[in-house]
Amino acid sequence: MLIELTVNGETRVATVSGAESLLNVLRNELRLPGSKNACEQGECGSCSVELDGELVCSCLVMAADCDGSEIVTVEGLADDEWLHPVQIALVEAGGVQCGFCTPGFVVAAAHLLEHNPHPSREEIEEALSGNICRCTGYGAILRALESLTGGAA
Amino acid sequence: MEIVRPKTLDEALQARAATPGAELLAGGTDLMVEVNFGRARPESVVAVRRVEELKDEEARRIGAGVTWARLESSPHRALAQLARTVGSPQIRAAGTIGGNIGTSSPAGDGLPWLAALDAEIEVASRDRGVRRLRWDEFFTGVKRNALAPDEVILAAILPDDVPANQEFAKIGQRNAMVISTVSACVARYDDGTVHVALGSVAPTPIRAPRAEALVSSDASPSEATLAEFARLVSEEVRPITDHRSTEAYRRHASGVLARRLLERCLARC
Amino acid sequence: MTAPTRTRVRGGIGESVARPDGIPKVVGAFAYASDLWAEGMLWGATLRSPHARAKVTHLDVGPALALDGVWAVLTQDDVPGAPTFGQLQRDQPVLCDGDVRYWGEPIAVVAADDIDTARRAVAAIEVSYEPLDPLVDPEEADARDDVFHRMRIRRGDAGASGEIVVEGYYETASQDQAPLGTEAGLAVPDGNGGVDLWATSQWVHVDHEQIVPCLGLEPGQVRCHPAGIGGAFGAREDISLHIHLCMLALRTGRPVKMVYDRAESFVGHVKRHAARMWYRHEADADGTLVKVQARLVLDGGAYAHTSEAVLANAAYFAVGPYRCDNVVVDAAAARTNNPPCGAMRGFGAVQACFGHEAQMDLLADRLGIDRLELRRRNALEPGDPMPTTGQRIEGSLPTREVIDAVEEIPLPAEFTGDDPRLLPGGTGLTTPPDRVRRGVGYAVGFKNLAFSEGFDDYAEARVVLTTEGVEVHTAAIEVGQGLVTVCQQIARTVLGIEQVVFVADDTSEIGSAGSTSASRQTQMTGGAVHQAAVELRSRLLDEYGGDDLDGEGVWSGDELVVSLADVCAAGPVEQHVRFRHPETFPTDENGQGAPHAGFAVSAHRAVVDVDPDLGLVRVVRVDTAQDVGRILNPIAARGQVEGGILQGVGLAVLEGLVLDQGRILNNSFTDYLLATTLDAPDVEMRFLEEPDHWGPFGAKGIGEPPTISSTPAVVAAIRDAIGHHLYRVPVLPQDIVGL
Repeated sequence: MLIELTVNGETRVATVSGAESLLNVLRNELRLPGSKNACEQGECGSCSVELDGELVCSCLVMAADCDGSEIVTVEGLADDEWLHPVQIALVEAGGVQCGFCTPGFVVAAAHLLEHNPHPSREEIEEALSGNICRCTGYGAILRALESLTGGAA
Repeated sequence: MEIVRPKTLDEALQARAATPGAELLAGGTDLMVEVNFGRARPESVVAVRRVEELKDEEARRIGAGVTWARLESSPHRALAQLARTVGSPQIRAAGTIGGNIGTSSPAGDGLPWLAALDAEIEVASRDRGVRRLRWDEFFTGVKRNALAPDEVILAAILPDDVPANQEFAKIGQRNAMVISTVSACVARYDDGTVHVALGSVAPTPIRAPRAEALVSSDASPSEATLAEFARLVSEEVRPITDHRSTEAYRRHASGVLARRLLERCLARC
Repeated sequence: MTAPTRTRVRGGIGESVARPDGIPKVVGAFAYASDLWAEGMLWGATLRSPHARAKVTHLDVGPALALDGVWAVLTQDDVPGAPTFGQLQRDQPVLCDGDVRYWGEPIAVVAADDIDTARRAVAAIEVSYEPLDPLVDPEEADARDDVFHRMRIRRGDAGASGEIVVEGYYETASQDQAPLGTEAGLAVPDGNGGVDLWATSQWVHVDHEQIVPCLGLEPGQVRCHPAGIGGAFGAREDISLHIHLCMLALRTGRPVKMVYDRAESFVGHVKRHAARMWYRHEADADGTLVKVQARLVLDGGAYAHTSEAVLANAAYFAVGPYRCDNVVVDAAAARTNNPPCGAMRGFGAVQACFGHEAQMDLLADRLGIDRLELRRRNALEPGDPMPTTGQRIEGSLPTREVIDAVEEIPLPAEFTGDDPRLLPGGTGLTTPPDRVRRGVGYAVGFKNLAFSEGFDDYAEARVVLTTEGVEVHTAAIEVGQGLVTVCQQIARTVLGIEQVVFVADDTSEIGSAGSTSASRQTQMTGGAVHQAAVELRSRLLDEYGGDDLDGEGVWSGDELVVSLADVCAAGPVEQHVRFRHPETFPTDENGQGAPHAGFAVSAHRAVVDVDPDLGLVRVVRVDTAQDVGRILNPIAARGQVEGGILQGVGLAVLEGLVLDQGRILNNSFTDYLLATTLDAPDVEMRFLEEPDHWGPFGAKGIGEPPTISSTPAVVAAIRDAIGHHLYRVPVLPQDIVGL
C-alpha cells in the first residue's frame, strides 16, 4: 500500500509492505539510512525519530499507521548551513566512537532540549535512558549535553 | 495487509466487527516486536491511536489510548509511579495503558495497580455494546484475556472509593528499560483496609488476601505483624523460575517489596 | 611577495582532536556495512539449527528455490573450495556438514529479491534433524579430553608451600560483545569470477586468508574492503557471514547483502569464554606470595576460533601483576556444544583477574594485612620476572603507582536525599535510603599488548605526500576506538603538515595492519605511520638539504628551500613501512619463555550502594589509574576508559549469557542487559604516563585494561557492602540475598 507522510519537512510517498516498521520504510524505501537497526525491539533507541512531535522508536511504529504523520529523523536536524547544537557538542566532547547509537542520541537529545532546555544531570540521564551506547560509557555524551544546558546539577 | 485508521470510536468498533480478530494497534510497542521477528504477520489491523474518545482521563476513568508518558503525571500516585518505569521514554511516548491491558503479560506494569484498586476493564463491541469486567475476570492467563474478537478495550474504570494512599514498586536487574522480576502495588483505604497486588509472580496479576486480612484495620502493626505480613505475601505468590529470576528469589522479594510499600502507606497515616 | 612563515601544526599528538568521521556520524551520513547498497542487490538470509547437537537427516532446498524472487539456496555441497575455515584451526564447516554442533549453526544460506522473501525462503527449506544429547559441561569435556588446547605452566618449585593457604573457586559467565552494529556485509561479484567484500571485520587480511581457500579462488580474485563498523570488542575477530556472502554473490552473479538481526547476532559471532577457575594461593605471614596454583577451564563452544590464544592469555595472566616464583597453572579450552567462543576485550585476562583479585582479598583478610598493602608488597615491577613465564619485564609497568594513584582519588560523598535515580532499584522505587549499604572494593590487573608467542605481528602503512597534503593509507580497521584520529595526529606531528587524510585501503592495495584487537593498533599501525612519516621526512630533508619540514615545504634555517607543491610536482612522494614490535618467542612445554611484547597495568576502585534485602546494586563510581605510556588524544583516551569500565561493570552485575542445553535463552536486548545511562557509574581516572619501550611516542594501548580489573573491583565492593563472599559474575540479586 501507499502512504503519504511528511519527513523532515518534505512530503513523501512510500510503498509499505504488510506490517513493516517505519524504520524499514525510512531506511529502505525513503533512502534515509541515518536511523539504525540495532535490536528491532525498542530496547536500544538507535532508531529514534520524532513522530507527530513525540520521541519514539521507529522500529516499533507500523509504517502503515503513519499515513498523514510528520516524522523527523536525524537527517532532518541539521539545516543547509548549520549543524544542530547537539551534533556539534557530541563531536567536540568525544561522544561519538563507533557512532551507531549516535543518530538515536542526537534525536533523543534534541527532543529533550526542545522540551526542557535546562535539565539536571539526572534528568538528562533519565531522558536518555532508552538509548544504549556500547562504546562510550555515556560519560562524553552526558558531558556534551551538559555543555549545552549550563552545566552539572 | 489491510489497515483501518478510525478517527472515532464508532469507526473503530465497526472495523473490529467487520473483521473480528483484526489486530488492535495503538502504540505498537508489543505488536511490532512480534512483527519484526516474523512471529506475527497480521492480515488486518485496526489502528486506534487517532481515536480521541479513547484518550480521556478522568478521576475514575482512564482511556485505553492514554500513553504512559501522560500517565507519569496522573493524580493517582501509584499509577504515576509505575508509568515512569514502563520501558523507556520512547516506549512511554507510544505505549498505552490499553495496550498493556490487551497484551495481558504476567509482567505488565499496569496490571498490579488495576488489581490493587479492584479496577474494571470496560470494553465494547458494535453489536453488543459496552460491558465491564472485573480485572480478575478480564485477565485469564499468560497473555490471555476475555476480550472478544470483535471488541475494543475502552478504558480502565476505578471504583468510587479510590485511596490516595497507594504505592508501587518494581524490581528489575537494571535501572531502566527492564521487565520486572517482581512488581507490587499496595493501597491503604481510609478505613484501614489494605489491598496488596503483585505482578510477575503468577500467570496474571494477583492479590494476597491472607496478607491483606492480617493488616487491614491495623493502624500500627507491630514488627512481628509486618514480618508475618511479608511471610504471607511470599507464600501467596506463585512464581516460577525462568531466565530472569528464580522462584525462591521472587518469593522472598515479593514479601520484602510488599512490606516496604505497606510501610510507606502507613507512614503517611 | 611576503615570505612564508612558520606555524606550529595544529591537531598533533597530545591534543583532543575531534575525530574526522564525527560529523558524518552525527548527521546520519556515515555508511556502515549495514547501510551499503548496490544496484541489483539481493538480500541474504541464513537457516540455522534449532538444536545444539543433531544429525541433519533430511535437507531439501527445492521448496525454497521454487519461490518467486529466490535466486540461490546454498548448502555445504555448494562450497566451491575448502569445506572448513577457522582462524587458528580450520575446523568449522562453512555450512553444516551434516553434524550440527551448536545451536544456531548455519545450515544453508539464501539470496532473494528482498529480506522478507529471503526469510520466507529460509522457512521453506525442508530440513529434519535427529537431535542428540549435547555436551554442555566444559568440565565433562575436559575430563574426556575433548579440548581445543591445553596450557601448562610450571615455574619454580611446585612443592613450595607458604604459611597461609587460601583456596577458592570462581566462575565467570559468557559475555557477549553486543556491539550495536550487528554483523553486516555486501559482496559484489566482479564479473571475472572474483568478488569484492565489504563486511564487519577487525582484520580484513585474516578474513581474506580464510575466505579465499573456501571459495577455491586465487588470492588476487578476492578483495576485502574495510567497511563502516558499529563496534566490535572482539566479535568481529572471526568470520561470520563473510564466506556465505561471497558464495551467494558468485553463484547469483549479483551483489548480495546480509545483515544479522540482533537475535541472530548473539549466536552469529563468537563471544567471551565462560570460565571455571580453582585457585590456591600460598603466602608467608608477611604477605609475600610463595606459590600460586590455578586450574582454569574455559568453555570454547563448538569450534576452535581463537580459543587457543584466549586460553594461553588466561594462563599467562592467571597470577596477576605480582611477583611469585612458584607457579603451577593447568588450563584447558574445552570443546562443547555451546555456541563458539573467541575474542572479547580483555581476551582471557578478564576471567583470570576476577579469580586472582578475589584470592588476593581473601589472602589479605586471612593475613590481617590491608588489601592494597598486600598488593603493593608483591607488585610486579620492570626488571622482575613475569610470575608465570619468567619473562623479564621490559618497558614500563607502574603497578605500585597505579595502586597509589587510584587510592588517592577522593571517595564520593555518602548518598543523601531521596532521588530514586540515585538509589539501588532506580525509578522502580524498591529501596528506601535507610536500607542502603555502601561498599568499596579494589582490584588490579594487567595484560599484554599486541600479539605474542612468536607470532609475526606487524602493521603496514603508507604515508603519501601530495600537493593537497598527506594521505595515510592502511588496512587497519576503525571500529570506533579512534584509530583514524590518532593516525592523523601522528602524521601531523612528525611531518608538521596539518592537512592529513586517513585512507582505508583494501587487501589488494596494501599489506596487513594486523588485527584491531589486543589494544595494539595505536602502537602498531600508529607505529607504522610514525615510522613511515619519520622516514619520509628524513628523505626529503636529505634530498633538499633542509633541516625542517612543514605545510609550506622544506626549510633550511629560516629559508624555505622548496615548497611542497614543487616537491610533489613530479607526483606524490610516498614511504611504505611494515612495522614490527620487539620480537616475542613461543614458550616451552612449561610455559616458560619471553612471549610478550609489552604490558599495561591498571587499578580500579569501585563504590557501590547495595540493597541487601533485595540484592539490588547501584554502581556509584568506578575510579581508575591506568598505565598508558603516553596519551595521544586525551578525550579519546577518556572515552576508551569509560567505555571499557562500563563493559566491566556489565560483566559484574548485568551481563551473562543464560544457556540451557546449548541454547541461548537471553539472545535479545530485553533479557541480555546492557547498562543504560541510569546504570552507568561516574568515573574518575588518572593516567600514568611512563613511556613504553616501543611504539609511537611511548604510547601504550589503552583499550583493554579498563575491562580487566573493573569487574573484580565492583564485586569486591559488593562483598564489602554485604559482608559475605561472592564467587561468580554476573552477581545476581539472588546471590546477594543468599538464595
